[in-house]
Amino acid sequence: MRGNNAMAEAAVRAGCRYYFGYPITPQNDVPEYMAERMPEVGGTFIQGESEIASIYMVLGASAAGGRAMTSSSSPGISLKQEGLSFLAGHELPAVIANVVRGGPGLGNIAGSQSDYFQCTRGGGHGDYRMIVLAPGNVQEMADLTYLSFDLADKYRTPVMIMADGMMGNTMEPVTLPPMIKVEDLPEKDYAVTGRLGKRKSRVRLSLILEPKDLEEHNWKLQRKYSLISANEVRWEGFELEDAEMVIVAFGTAARIAKGAIRRVRKEGLKVGLLRPITLWPFPSAAIAEAAKTAKDFLVFELNAGQMIEDVRLAVEGKASVHFYGRPGGTSPTPRDLAKVITNRYCQHFRPI
Amino acid sequence: MQKVYSRPKYLKDAAFHYCPGCGHSIVHRLVAEVFEEMGIGERAIGVAPAGCAVLAYNYFDCDFVEGAHGRGAAIATGIKRRWPDAVVFSYQGDGDLAAIGTAETIHAAARGENITIIFVNNGIYGMTGGQMAPTTLRGMKATTAPFGREPRREGYNLDITHLVAEIEGTAFAARALITTPKEIKKAKKLIASAFECQLQGRGFSIVELVSACPTNWKLSPLASIKFIEENMAKAYPPGVLVERRLPEAAKE
Repeated sequence: MRGNNAMAEAAVRAGCRYYFGYPITPQNDVPEYMAERMPEVGGTFIQGESEIASIYMVLGASAAGGRAMTSSSSPGISLKQEGLSFLAGHELPAVIANVVRGGPGLGNIAGSQSDYFQCTRGGGHGDYRMIVLAPGNVQEMADLTYLSFDLADKYRTPVMIMADGMMGNTMEPVTLPPMIKVEDLPEKDYAVTGRLGKRKSRVRLSLILEPKDLEEHNWKLQRKYSLISANEVRWEGFELEDAEMVIVAFGTAARIAKGAIRRVRKEGLKVGLLRPITLWPFPSAAIAEAAKTAKDFLVFELNAGQMIEDVRLAVEGKASVHFYGRPGGTSPTPRDLAKVITNRYCQHFRPI
Repeated sequence: MQKVYSRPKYLKDAAFHYCPGCGHSIVHRLVAEVFEEMGIGERAIGVAPAGCAVLAYNYFDCDFVEGAHGRGAAIATGIKRRWPDAVVFSYQGDGDLAAIGTAETIHAAARGENITIIFVNNGIYGMTGGQMAPTTLRGMKATTAPFGREPRREGYNLDITHLVAEIEGTAFAARALITTPKEIKKAKKLIASAFECQLQGRGFSIVELVSACPTNWKLSPLASIKFIEENMAKAYPPGVLVERRLPEAAKE
């Protein structure tokens, strides 16, 4: 199955019944898939007039208690940022897939990780955070999408899936998660339903004019983010046990890194991979733990160096942190990366 | 003694924050009265705008979602698709609906989205302090059109309801003046027709209420009403702009 389709089908199986999107390459499979699939399961598909309209349709459907999703790619995600801030402020769940392309501006449609800052720093205005999941293969495109709806509901927060053009268009075998029954989902006691009489009217808002109330609202959000940071960190280790040098990479970059590590391991180089699956919350503790034994970190990204800032913060000067990457457009092969690793390794440890 | 007027059921017992002479409080009351008379208040879900009516949910006693500037029609779309039996309305001003939200408004109409828009047009940005709106009349002064709107400099004023009325998905588009009791009664009728249109599943409905902003027009409330009658009503003439039956395609 193609990565984008695996993501879309997993969303349907997770109970997503409201999909609103706008075409942009390289994620067009998602709206096309949903256009066919949503009517089959009694859901709603609308091709919005813009990314902005689409994210607000998501906000409306989510405020009304539905599991809602949109997907887009980099320039489209820029347009959705306002809505993401409102979803965070209103405390509404939603799933947003960003199949990243190269940027800035129109860039190109090749896979890239240049939206790391935009995705993990919130992007929109205000002091908010957003769970960001980075699938590393097509199976995870399905699994993490499936998970994202539960996380969004659990914390009443937007969740972003940060994939890339390569991941979205790669075809691999997938075991799809089971179809949940939407009617079995717990009732959302905050949702607008228009069915009053038995209860007071409900309002979903983020306008809090009273200064101390806004401060309290923000502290409440921050407490939620602390809880997420404590409970939802996900990462994968590969050949980490005896690693003297640790590659930190996610998504497509992590796949390339695995290939490179297999090559250099054959040469006897003790190199491992730490792959963040949640980009926020970031697996800082795992990196700090690795920094107790590994003395050199190589951050490999398909951008000019963004996640490296989080790695540096986690390492806290206890090891050296270096960067290798390509800023969108092209990506290196495992062989290219293996060369880089070998050169660095030889500088730091021993010649081979 | 006979009681001739009381607070409508769907208006909360809260004092309006609106300026003296502002039309919002009247429009709020009209909508709440329509809810009560049509028996739809229990099913109503509103979308509040950015702008002077941002606190609409403090007054209307029904479920509400607060929107960002201009996005009312899109949010209402999401709500309506989730609850097709709810009575979904977006309450918006002219800056909100006719500038930043033009695309959302026009495309919700184009989809024939079965929602109702209550559109309050006072030809100026009220909340932000009197800047020029798309609906600001020619010659009318605003803080960002200090010499008076001159089409070659500030462009022409936009009759968005007329524009929306042209769209096939618009089932009902009408305009009324918030001036005299007679005009206000007409406004209420049109608001009721718009909601009736939604109940019948006929598609997009919009009612524009041409309303005064004495504070930013820098006129007294009475002079503001005169201004509507003599100036605004010429650019935005009241009446039903379009009324379409259920399109053939939707009947099937």
